[in-house]
Amino acid sequence: MALKNGWELVVGLEVHCELATNTKIFCSCANQFGDEPNTNICPVCLGLPGSLPVLNHMAVEFAMRIGSALHCRVEPSIFHRKNYFYPDMPKDYQVSQNDEPINVDGYLELPDGFRVGIERAHMEEDTGKTQHMGSSGRIHGANYSLVDYNRAGVPLVEIVSRPDIRTAEQAKAYVAELRSILVATGASNGKMEEGSLRVDANVSVRQPGHEYGTRCEIKNLNSLRSLTRAIEYEANRQIDLREAGERIVQETRHWNEEDGRTSSMRSKEEAMDYRYFPEPDLVPIAPSAEWVAAVRDALPLMPADRRRLLSEATGGELAPGSDPIVTIVDQGLDALVLGAVAHGGDGRRAVNRVANEVVTAEQGARLNIAGFAALLVMEAQAKLTSTQAKAVLVEMMETQASDPAAIATARGFQAMDSGVAETLVDELIAAHPAEFERLRAGDTKVAGFFVGAAMKASGGKADGKLVTGLLRQRAGL
Amino acid sequence: MSAPTRTVVTVSTGDPGTAANIAADVRAGRRTAVDVLAQHFARIDAHEGDVHAFNLVLRQQAGEQAATVDAAVAAGIDPGPLAGIPVALKDNLCTRGIETTCSSRILEGWKPPYSATVVQRLAAAGAVAVGKTNLDEFAMGSSTENSAFGPTRNPHDHTKVPGGSSGGSAAAVAAGFASIALGSDTGGSIRQPASLCGIVGMKPTYGLVSRYGLVAYASSLDQIGPFAHTVEDAALLLENIAGHDPADSTSIDAPPPSLVAAVRRGRADGVPGLRVGIVEELSGEGMSSDVLARLDVAVDRLRTAGATVGHVSVESTKLCLSAYYLIAPAEASSNLSRYDGVRYGLRVSQGAANVEEMMANTRAAGFGAEVKRRIMLGTYALSAGYYDAYYGQAQKVRTLIIEDFRRAYQQFDVLITPTSPTTAFSFGDKTADPFTMYLTDVCTIPSNLAGDPAISVPCGVGDDGMPIGVQLLGPALSEAVLLGAAAVIEKGN
Ligand SMILES: [Zn+2]
Repeated sequence: MALKNGWELVVGLEVHCELATNTKIFCSCANQFGDEPNTNICPVCLGLPGSLPVLNHMAVEFAMRIGSALHCRVEPSIFHRKNYFYPDMPKDYQVSQNDEPINVDGYLELPDGFRVGIERAHMEEDTGKTQHMGSSGRIHGANYSLVDYNRAGVPLVEIVSRPDIRTAEQAKAYVAELRSILVATGASNGKMEEGSLRVDANVSVRQPGHEYGTRCEIKNLNSLRSLTRAIEYEANRQIDLREAGERIVQETRHWNEEDGRTSSMRSKEEAMDYRYFPEPDLVPIAPSAEWVAAVRDALPLMPADRRRLLSEATGGELAPGSDPIVTIVDQGLDALVLGAVAHGGDGRRAVNRVANEVVTAEQGARLNIAGFAALLVMEAQAKLTSTQAKAVLVEMMETQASDPAAIATARGFQAMDSGVAETLVDELIAAHPAEFERLRAGDTKVAGFFVGAAMKASGGKADGKLVTGLLRQRAGL
Repeated sequence: MSAPTRTVVTVSTGDPGTAANIAADVRAGRRTAVDVLAQHFARIDAHEGDVHAFNLVLRQQAGEQAATVDAAVAAGIDPGPLAGIPVALKDNLCTRGIETTCSSRILEGWKPPYSATVVQRLAAAGAVAVGKTNLDEFAMGSSTENSAFGPTRNPHDHTKVPGGSSGGSAAAVAAGFASIALGSDTGGSIRQPASLCGIVGMKPTYGLVSRYGLVAYASSLDQIGPFAHTVEDAALLLENIAGHDPADSTSIDAPPPSLVAAVRRGRADGVPGLRVGIVEELSGEGMSSDVLARLDVAVDRLRTAGATVGHVSVESTKLCLSAYYLIAPAEASSNLSRYDGVRYGLRVSQGAANVEEMMANTRAAGFGAEVKRRIMLGTYALSAGYYDAYYGQAQKVRTLIIEDFRRAYQQFDVLITPTSPTTAFSFGDKTADPFTMYLTDVCTIPSNLAGDPAISVPCGVGDDGMPIGVQLLGPALSEAVLLGAAAVIEKGN
């Protein structure tokens, strides 16, 4: 979506990702969503006096995986304390990374090839969760609040993009792609609905070629839909202000899903001074070159690589960012396509069948790869019509059968001989002269009527494409 | 206050004997832990009312622990190297199910669900915890006058302070309430009260003793260490609490050193060839003459025992006090944020319209003046726009100090200074001006900033008859050397 009056959108995203470790970042409590409140807690994650943190090795490894997957440099890093008072933060400071983060300077490539710069991806601990009981649902005006510390100390990686994003759709694509990457690394379950992935958006507008405008940070974006709606709302709000000659105030704004607006939470002047200083209870993280290399080498293929491979499998006929390929990668059905190609199936046909007919990972799991390849070959050799091939494919998935030829035979499927098809078409033209006249006059929709009639007359054996071709030939189209 | 009285014990001639003696006797079945404990409780009953070393005496628990030790001996099981030794614990060490207050209103009534690593190790070694000792609130102070529960008195003279912040632990040992004690030392909080109370106190190398369960004041400086009547007892206690703890990331991953043997070697063989450096900046200006006289005596004893003695300048020691009073409050301001009334301890919700006001009211009511002063100082030092000038600069000074000491240790094996510029001072003498109080730590702060070990060992008394300690400093993990040298100084007493 382009903005009105030539304004350009500038967006940078901060994504908090909960790591899928078994235990929390500084203690051995379970990292488990959805348990009874305050059951996964201990002196360390409650910040009890005298307790001390011990860094979870796996959390560091996951952070390194994320950094490597985002093409970042993995660097020696330290933790800082970020000091502010909040009831769901047990120590009233958050252990985070400030100016020496573990991952710096990478990029994320969107399916269309556009690269969004990654400034940093640093580690930190999550806070507890507060439920404000009262009319407002916010901390002010609450009658009382309930705090659940199960989430306190869950390991997070915060991925900070550069302000390279220019449309709301791009922001959505960025988060979707990042989610796939995070899931691919095994570092996250990617569940936005459980808060495993939380997005803040820094939004500003400018006239192209001008300096960046003053930005606002939008919080409470709990879904991809909220993200795009909030960015569009916020951009228009800023444009209206600018066009009315007013200044944008740098501030943090809250997205309200119900009324579809952002509202001010706090301005820059009210912004907290976090008094960062190096966390004295932890030692620096200095991953060896061997460890960094081992983590990088052990990474599975990332979605961008997989899309490229699928595109190559179609001989470049389908772009890496094309819908069918994106769908296949999203569903993790690459192996089915690539396996079918290895067994002699045509790449483009395989991609289209998988994206359109198989669709889901569950369906794909019911399909025998060699059998699927054999089906593609039969279709390519015109032993089956497109319609018949689809029917065989559906049965293969329903029954987990592996021999498409057997199914075709059992169903009596054979592609119709072209001579028989010509006779059939001529008979149909003779039986429906009025419709044929309309076709000759250029009403191509009538072709569908003839194909349907041909199918009915042949018991489904007619090849729709062949029938259409013959009709057009007869009609001189 | 009534006329000055004394409550001090001299263990070499007294009933209980040294901690080493107690453990040897109990393990051999010559004495029971219950009897040893009774001797100490008798002294507590007689004198604790005057001294006020304890926030809490663990009468029942100690009795049970002692009985368990005796039962083990009777069953032929060795209760451990600290069998039956009554030990006092500074009340900033977490004890499971037992109130741990840091001598602060804000933690009053809080019972930790876990015990500090050192407390667990003491129990595992057969020691008997007799009580939780008084301290300056959150270990901030040098006289124990900053306790919310009233000051501790010096057993040598009840009109004098015992030093601080571990004043309760020092007094408990000096008064014979416990044979040994644990304290914590952030800028001298073990060594200075040890000096003022006439006993041995040691701050180990940072990381030698686990801090897990020590309520933090300034995390990068805090270190737990022993109080004892004798150097050997201090070594025995340290040996049993030292060693790697996976629960403390800053804990040194190395086996605990052999220390008692080093003490015995020092006592038997002296310190032939030991290079001793007198720190010029800390052995002249600002030190009282009787303290300097006793420093000379200590140096003579070392020389007689085979040491070579020289003078060394460690210039950056002049910067230590300023650096310390930025770094320690900065860390404290963060460490003490958690006392907000939300989860444990004091909560003052009356008159609070929202959670921020509840937190503010709680902290206003719960913290004493010195704690508030340091929180404000530290908050300021870390604030945007001031960080580089204050906290950042202090960290640079710290690096300078470390380098200065490293240079000094190329020439000398150990350095020697007074522990405290003066003997114990009177109550109220230094409370009006915080800076005069801060100056009492000028000799002890450098080793905290450097992370190095240091020991205070008694070396006679001053013109007022009050104890004087001298301090030996060494490079990281030189505890054995320091204890051997301290044993030489002690031997001359
Ligand atoms: Zn925990």
